[in-house]
Order: sequence, then C-alpha cells, then structure tokens
Amino acid sequence: MAQHKVDYLSNGGAPIALTTVDKLVNFGRSNSLWPLTYGLACCAIEMMASGASRYDFDKFGTIFRASPRQADVLVIAGTLTKKHAEFLRRLYDQMPEPKWVISMGSCANTGGMFNTYATVQGADRVIPVDIYLPGCAPRPETLQYAVMLLQKKIRRGSIFKAQKPKRLV
Amino acid sequence: MRKYTPKNDVQAKSYYNDRFFVSPQVPKTDVAGDEIFSKDLAVLKSNFEIKDAYIQKGHLVVFIDAKANKQVIKFAKETLGYDFLMELSALDYMATCGGFEVFYEMLSTSKHKRMRIKCFVKEGEAIESVESIFRCADWSEREMFDMFGIKPNNHPYPKRILMPDDWYDYPLRKTYPLQGDEAAQWYEVDKIFGKSARSVIGPEIRDSAAVDRYDTTRFARLGHEVPYGTDIIANGEPESTPLAYQEEGGVRLFGARLVTKFDENESKVLEKRK
Repeated sequence: MAQHKVDYLSNGGAPIALTTVDKLVNFGRSNSLWPLTYGLACCAIEMMASGASRYDFDKFGTIFRASPRQADVLVIAGTLTKKHAEFLRRLYDQMPEPKWVISMGSCANTGGMFNTYATVQGADRVIPVDIYLPGCAPRPETLQYAVMLLQKKIRRGSIFKAQKPKRLV
Repeated sequence: MRKYTPKNDVQAKSYYNDRFFVSPQVPKTDVAGDEIFSKDLAVLKSNFEIKDAYIQKGHLVVFIDAKANKQVIKFAKETLGYDFLMELSALDYMATCGGFEVFYEMLSTSKHKRMRIKCFVKEGEAIESVESIFRCADWSEREMFDMFGIKPNNHPYPKRILMPDDWYDYPLRKTYPLQGDEAAQWYEVDKIFGKSARSVIGPEIRDSAAVDRYDTTRFARLGHEVPYGTDIIANGEPESTPLAYQEEGGVRLFGARLVTKFDENESKVLEKRK
C-alpha cells in the first residue's frame, strides 16, 4: 500500500487538486475560442489559411462555428462597408457573453486604403474591439499571435467581476 | 457637412505643371473610311436620327436621341447583327451640359465588329430600359441608377444594386465627395445607434496622414512587446526584448504546468526546411 500513500503537501501528488475557479474557467475559455465563420474580404483568405492544416487553428482549440450562438470570437476579416455594418452589429449582438472581437487587417482597423464614402472607417465605430491586428493582409502567423494574445487577456481576467456588457453606446 | 479644412500639404505635391499640357484624345476617324461601318451607319441613318458618328479605336460611335434608344438597340441587334450588349453605363457631364451621357457597348460576335451607341439625358430624365432586348442590361441599368440616378423606365426591378436602399444621393456623380456627404459619413452610426450617438462615437478620422502622439505607447512594435502604457521611445528602442507570449510561469492548473512558458533561448530555430 505504500505506493498509494497520499502526500497531501506535495505538489500534484494527491488525488486532490487545488486551484481557483478563475483559473479553471479561464483555462476552459481561453483554450476553446470558437470564432464565427465570417469573412468580409481578402483577409478572410488568410483566416481560412489559418484554419487549414498548415497553420492548424485546431491546436489552439479554435474551431470555426457556423452560428453566432455558438461563437466566442468574432474575427472581422476584411473591409467593412457601410451597407454591411448593421449586419456585423447584428451578428455581434447574437453572440452570447462573454465574447471577444479581433479586428483583422488595416481595413477593419481604420478603413485602410479605402478612405471612401462606402467604407466604415474602423470597425470599432460599430462594435467594441479587443485586439487590433495590423497587416494588409496579416499573415496566418499574425492571426495566431492575435489569438495567443487574446488567450493571455482572457487568462488575466477574473470571472467573478461582473461581465461588463461591451457597449459602444 | 463638416467644416472643410484644406489639406494641401498633407502629401507631397508636384509643384511643376506643364502649362502647355493638352490631355491626349483618342483619335477619331471618319466613318466613310470603313466599308462595313459606313454600311451600318447608312442603314441606321435611314431609320433613325443620328446626331454624330465617327470611328474610335475600331469602334463605331453613334450618337442618337435618348428617346429612341430602345428602338435603335433593337434594330442593331436584329438587323445589324450586334447580338451582344457588353457594357452599359453613363458618364457625368453635369458641369458642362447638365446631364449624363448613356452609352451602350455592342458587339457582333458573328461579324466581329463593335459599336458604341451614345445618347444624352438631362438630369432628372428617365431612359427607356433595354432589359427586354438584352437580359444582361438588368443589373447594368440598376447600377446606372444606383451610381448616377438615371431611372430606367419599364425596368422589372428598378432598385439600387450596390448601395443600401436608404442611401442618399448617387456616388459616382462628379459632385459627390469621395469621402461622402454628411449622410454617408454618419450612415452606420445613424442606422445602428441613432443620430443621438453621433457625439459619443465622434466623426470619422479621414486624414490618413494623421499622427496620434499616443500611437507609440498604445502599440508595441513586433518583437518588442511591452506592457500597456510603457513608453517605448523614452530610452530608445531595446536591441531585443524576450518574447512573452504567455503569462509568467506558463498556464498552471491543478498545481501542474499544463503549458510551460515559452523560452526563446531554449527554442530551436530551424535553418532550413526539413
């Protein structure tokens, strides 16, 4: 029976585990970031490449979902036109809390080179954004990096703090 | 409209202008020089009023009366063999003539010839739809209406094609500002949040040369990631900053390290692909 002796004080040697709820929940949240299958322009091609086998988003637990009800992350991949802004807002509103937004590429960040009447000058005029990703278009490595930073942000947060609803207005 | 502020020196502007510069024109030749086109023109002239005609780059260009556009195109298709409407749109001549020039690019696939039928419509005038002759004119005429505001009469679905239905004004007119009028600049804010949110969200930053002094503190440079708010230009840029993708100590759960911290020195960089 000696090999089954329980050493309560040693690290990881016991059938008892001590941790915080924060860490447990954030561990789950940060490692299963499900983005919405949602592409707007050429950045979406890079996002698709990130999801495909070479860059393999699945290793982050990042699996694209076809419904905003199942999604945690919204990647704004491409130029957001003024006509489309309300649809983006509607998709964002349909996502359950907690939710995060990655603005991917120059066009989604600031309007990019489309300084014209038809383009929203930065997606953060419509929905709140957590991570701005530079590039035109960003390489899949950059999107991976953004997801890693987002994971870092999620792990840093406390789940007991009331989830402040992210509202622009 | 927002107050206009001149941005003359935002980008380097060429200071030298050729005073004697004449913008090049595509040379026009007489229709009589071409055997096939002169025959076509003679047939057209005997049936319709032709205001002007010449040949440009192998195209027969014919100016007709706007009211006869449907008859001329029908005639061109059925009698002259121009069986393909390649393109249809308009040109803005509001400043000089107070209207638009509508053009129809026709192609004869059997006889290998091209014709451009042009007509002039005043602002506010409608033009007869040719959708019943060429099915492809459906979307082209909707685009013409969307961009220039020329209404196609008897069109099966006369609606904007690209811009939203509640869009104000027609964006391809020369008088339309590139960065939009007031309705365009606040379009998404007005639509989603309402006009009262304008002051909260603020006007668009349209000046692409604008420099925000906080840009250097809000954004870390790639490879030199620093915490939020660190002044990265105060002590000069560091030669190297250790990569810190993860929080200190990596991801810990149940006392064990589930994900160990990434150490740049312990990692191996492959010189070449395996």
